[in-house]
Amino acid sequence: MAAQASPAQASTSGTTGLRPAVVIGGNRIPFARSNGKYSTASNQEMLTAALDGLVARFGLQGQRMGAVAAGAVLKHSKDFNLVRESVLGTALSPTTPAYDVQMACATGMEAIGSLANKIRLGQIESGIGGGVDTTSDAPIAVSEGLRAVLLELSRARTLQQRLGALSKFRPKDLTPNAPGTGEPRTGMSMGDHQAVTTAAWGITRQAQDELALASHRNLAAAYDRHFFDDLITPFRGVSKDTNLRADSTLEKLGTLKPAFGRNLGEKATMTAGNSTPLTDGASAVLLGSEDYAREHDLPMLANFVDFEAGAVDFVNGEEGLLMAPAYAVPRLLARNGLTLQDFDFYEIHEAFAGTVLSTLAAWEDPDFCRDKLGLENALGSIDRGRLNVNGSSLAAGHPFAATGGRIVATLAKMLHEKGSGRGLVSVCAAGGQGVVAILEAR
Amino acid sequence: MADNYLKLVNTGFTKDLAKSLGLPRPSILRRYRPGQPLVPGPVVVLGAGAAAHELTETLLGWGLDVRRHAGGSEKLGALILALDAVEAPADLSAVALETGAALRSLLPGGRVVSISRPAVPTDAPARSAARHGVTGMVRSLGREMRGGATANGILLAEGIGADAPSATAALHFLLSGRSAYVDGQFLTVDSPRGELPVDWDQPLAGKVAVVTGAARGIGAAIARTLHRDGATIVAVDVPQAGDALAQVANDVRGTTLQLDVTREDAGTMIMDHALGRHGRLDIVIHNAGITRDKLLANMDAARWDSVIAVNLESQLRMNEAFLAADLPGLRIVSLASTSGIAGNRGQTNYAASKAGVIGMVAATAPAMAAREGGINAVAPGFIETEMTARIPVATRTVGRMLMPSLMQGGQPLDVAEAIGFLASDAAGGINGQTLRVCGQSLVGA
Repeated sequence: MAAQASPAQASTSGTTGLRPAVVIGGNRIPFARSNGKYSTASNQEMLTAALDGLVARFGLQGQRMGAVAAGAVLKHSKDFNLVRESVLGTALSPTTPAYDVQMACATGMEAIGSLANKIRLGQIESGIGGGVDTTSDAPIAVSEGLRAVLLELSRARTLQQRLGALSKFRPKDLTPNAPGTGEPRTGMSMGDHQAVTTAAWGITRQAQDELALASHRNLAAAYDRHFFDDLITPFRGVSKDTNLRADSTLEKLGTLKPAFGRNLGEKATMTAGNSTPLTDGASAVLLGSEDYAREHDLPMLANFVDFEAGAVDFVNGEEGLLMAPAYAVPRLLARNGLTLQDFDFYEIHEAFAGTVLSTLAAWEDPDFCRDKLGLENALGSIDRGRLNVNGSSLAAGHPFAATGGRIVATLAKMLHEKGSGRGLVSVCAAGGQGVVAILEAR
Repeated sequence: MADNYLKLVNTGFTKDLAKSLGLPRPSILRRYRPGQPLVPGPVVVLGAGAAAHELTETLLGWGLDVRRHAGGSEKLGALILALDAVEAPADLSAVALETGAALRSLLPGGRVVSISRPAVPTDAPARSAARHGVTGMVRSLGREMRGGATANGILLAEGIGADAPSATAALHFLLSGRSAYVDGQFLTVDSPRGELPVDWDQPLAGKVAVVTGAARGIGAAIARTLHRDGATIVAVDVPQAGDALAQVANDVRGTTLQLDVTREDAGTMIMDHALGRHGRLDIVIHNAGITRDKLLANMDAARWDSVIAVNLESQLRMNEAFLAADLPGLRIVSLASTSGIAGNRGQTNYAASKAGVIGMVAATAPAMAAREGGINAVAPGFIETEMTARIPVATRTVGRMLMPSLMQGGQPLDVAEAIGFLASDAAGGINGQTLRVCGQSLVGA
């Protein structure tokens, strides 16, 4: 998206002259810890369930949507058309186009944001964006050695060629390749990357545990006040996120041993309690033009105002792996003529408590804002009472591509309940990337 | 849920075996399918009152083959007993005996429907005796009929003609396959209100209907049946049942509302959804209910209170909200149970809630009538659902086969059909009543 508006403009229309894209509602299945309740559920099954729940909630049966955009981070090669195949299994019209998006943990945000753009441009009237991931039913590939043998075998024409190909097989080639969360270019896990950033910003264990505890308490309270009754549809007998620990305490969190950055010794602060677990789940968000919503008597919760992607050079150690949103937010604010304090809600994805706290610390730091962001002053601090007020990934879990849909639907409902104001979304992603967005209440 | 015995005695060599052994042989009931004939054969109207003439006109208007006398070897689809003019017990004799003579000609799935006036305390004793006598005769006749045929009656309050819309609609319902599991029952028409449908196969066309407890069992059947009859469905159930609920809503092209009906604001939530998303609210079916069975000696507060809260108090609270909103022409149908009529061991809490529904419906009727609407209840007997499938097999067999005249359990569809009828505008002259859908059972389920 081109930066057409200057920062001086007080409008929050992001890019001017376009019609609004409206968040109508959302649906997700409860998120479940890996190798738990959904261990035998495929991505296609979960995404289909999330879509069908959305269709049922909004009476979309038989409708041809403008597009369905979603994706999965961990995907079987047979799922090359995952979203279209899922749509064909739903009650939506089979004439609904669908496509896969993949941008690591920002998949959902990218899918939703680009659908919003199509709506704003008038190319489509309605769309469903979201994502799904399973780390339980993950693809396992054969080793590179075995793959080479098998491919050569398939090209072989003669017996001699076939024997020749087979002779290259070694028993060690039988070891399968399972996907990991390691960065291909550094070999380090995401958690170990974040541990370096967390330590660099001096984020304490106490602060991380407090953020984790708040996430669990906020999510539990949201369930108690029926907040999720129209945001979640149960799946396989699960009606609440299985990672939620409503009775967690700082004492309990304090007993956990560091899980990442163990080479940091005393400075290792990141535990299983203040890091998100591997999770299975799916989410979907219904977007439309104002006309579409009105014609179908559908609610309008919030405008999807604008979004911005960022990326950092973590490979050469210039920046922490998950710090891209710290760079994308000021660009998004400038384009929309806003300050960091102009928001009623902040939804900062809790990949790790350390990620959220490092990002906030960076925005508060005048040196970082001057040297890295090129700003005269620090972006400043936010009212922590407005941060992840209905819980976030530390409590709900984080099925990579499904997190964007969870956040956008949750935030849109919060804004609509409040009846005014704006919300800021920030989602970091593997590969040193991130997507941030602004929603505005209706 | 399958009733294997019903299949065994109606198919293959086991059918002949059951016959030769003299085993009870329940029949496969004549159930409604859109477009099928109203009755399986000619209809004979017996009796001499004003109703006889009016009913004949109505039946002819439906294109039926109508006779005024039975006789000959021809098989019959239904017998209509016009007994509205009986003044003394002796007046029953002629129609009763003529009915008896015609019974053997009745086809499987045939119908007997009586039309008479209810006994009221201001009647002369002889008239009251005769009028009340009709109910005993019809109910006993129900027990004598075979081949899935049923006997039911329509009671016309003083001043209501047999051609009143709801009398016509009740006759249509009782003759049709929609009343397959209704047997030995009486429907009272006490108001000339009601509007007959343009299309008898789409009696709920254009209506928006909320069904609570719609995720499974009887609730899901109600949603599907009301949708078949033309209504747009708002399917309501607790959030925990949301996946099954979504399936039902997607099947009937309706919308889901995940809502615990015991919430204080449940009525408002339902109205907001129906009016906001579908522009109107015409029908509410209070189907959500739970059982927490225990002998009263072993009952705890949690079991007792939760059943009363879900099955009864939630309905009272929602009805208050609906009444306060003055929704014009709203029709409510509540789920009672034969347990609430006959009582059932281990179900003091459930029966209290279901008898409570019957009382609630009767007492809410005037306020509904004042708003051009109505409220009634349906009391299912033994219905084949996931819930009753968990009853031990011996108890289940007794429940489904030995007690009801129809010698079988009902299907969720049978309950749904009765609810669909009472929810329709055609039933506008029927208010505050409880209709049993029990196959003429003696006990509750």
